[in-house]
Amino acid sequence: MAETARERLRLTVADIACERGGRLLFSGLGFSLGAGEALLLKGPNGAGKTSLLMIIAGLLRPLEGEARLAAEGGDERELPEEAHLVGHRDGLKSQLSACENLSFWRAMLGAPGLTPEAGLAALGLPHVPHLPCAFLSAGQRRRVALARLLVSRRPLWLLDEPTAALDAASRGLLAELMRGHLASGGLILAATHEPIGIAAAEIEVGR
Amino acid sequence: MNRALLAVIRRDLRLATRIGGGFGLGLAFYLALVAILPFAVGPDLGLLARIGPAILWIGALLSTLIGLDRLFQADEEDGSLDLMRMGEAPLEAIVAAKGVAHWLASGLPLAVLAPLFGLMLGMQPAALLGTAASLVPGSIALTFAGAIGAALTASLRRCGLLLSVLVIPLTVPVLIFGVATAEASRNGSVSFATPFLALCALALAAIVAGSIAAAAALRAQS
Repeated sequence: MAETARERLRLTVADIACERGGRLLFSGLGFSLGAGEALLLKGPNGAGKTSLLMIIAGLLRPLEGEARLAAEGGDERELPEEAHLVGHRDGLKSQLSACENLSFWRAMLGAPGLTPEAGLAALGLPHVPHLPCAFLSAGQRRRVALARLLVSRRPLWLLDEPTAALDAASRGLLAELMRGHLASGGLILAATHEPIGIAAAEIEVGR
Repeated sequence: MNRALLAVIRRDLRLATRIGGGFGLGLAFYLALVAILPFAVGPDLGLLARIGPAILWIGALLSTLIGLDRLFQADEEDGSLDLMRMGEAPLEAIVAAKGVAHWLASGLPLAVLAPLFGLMLGMQPAALLGTAASLVPGSIALTFAGAIGAALTASLRRCGLLLSVLVIPLTVPVLIFGVATAEASRNGSVSFATPFLALCALALAAIVAGSIAAAAALRAQS
C-alpha cells in the first residue's frame, strides 16, 4: 500500500447536487484536491457538509454529478476503498475494548498500518487498549476513532468535525498527524467550524 | 477479503457473548417455551411425544425471530455498517458473514440443545436425533430468511412486530419441511432423506437469496 501513498492521487468532485428528505441542500458544487492538499468544508449546521462527505465516501448517491479519485495521469481508483471516514457515528462497539475495535477495523478495511496499540499511543491513549469503549469519555472515544486512520493506510481522509470533544493537547496531536499525512502525499477533506491547525483551502457548502 | 469476512464473524461472535449481546436470550426463551408447554398440554406422555417435534420446531422458529432485530440495527446505529461498505468486501458477503456469525451464536445452539429439551417432552431417541438433525439446516434457513426482515427494518427502532410480520411467511416452508423431517425420523413412514434434502435445499437457497436481498435492502436505506 506504500505505493498508493507515493502515487500522486487527485480527487475531482464535479457539479454535485445533493437532496435530503426532499430538500435541495446544494447544487453545482465542484472542486479538485491534489496529493498533499487539504480542504476545509465550511457552512452553517444543516448545510450538507456531512452529506457531501458521505457522497464522496460512496455511501450516498448524489442527485447529480460525481466524485472521482484517480492517480495523476493514470488510472481511476475505487473511491470508497481509498477513503477513511471519521464522523459522529464512530463505528466503535461499547462492549469491545479499544484494541479489539481497532484490530477489527484493521482487518476489515485492509492495507494495515500501525498496530492498534501503536495507533492508540500515537493519539496519546497508551493506557486504554484493554478498556471497553463504554468506559471512555467522549474525547477518548473520538481519539480511538481517529486511531483508525493510522491502523489502516488509506490516502484520502474524510473527517467530519474531527476536533469535536478533543482537548487542546489532542488537537495538537491530530494536527501533527494530519501534517504528516499531507507530507506523505495524502489528501484531507474536513468539515469543521473552527481552525484545525493545518494550512488548508476553504470552500463554502450550501445553496 | 477473506480476512475481512473472518474479522466480521469473529467480532460478531465476540459481541454476542459479551454483556448485552443477546447470546442465551433465544436459548432461555426456547427452554421456557418447551418447559411450560407440557403444563398446558397435560401429562399425557404419548401425546407429548407425538407433538414433540412440532413443539421443538415452533420453539426454534420463535427463538430465532426474537434475536433477529439487532442483527443489522446495532451496526446501522453506530455507523459500522457504513464503514464496512467502504471495504473491498461486497456488502452481500458481509451480510452472509454476519448471518453465519448469528447462526453460530444463536441457531446452532438451538439445534444442539434440542435433544436435551426433547427429553422433557418424552420423545424417543430416534425422534430426538431426527429433530436435532433437521434443526441444523432448518436454523440456517430461518436465520437467512430472517436476515431479509432484519435488513428491511435496520433503520427503524422497536420494530419487532413489523419484523415478525415480514419474516413469518418466509419461514412457513422451512417449518413444513422441518417438521416433516422430524416426523419421518419418528414414525418412519417416509424416508428421512426426502424431506431432509428438501430442507437442505431450502437452507442453501436462503443463504443466497437472503444475502442478496438483505444487502439490497440495506443499500436502499442509505
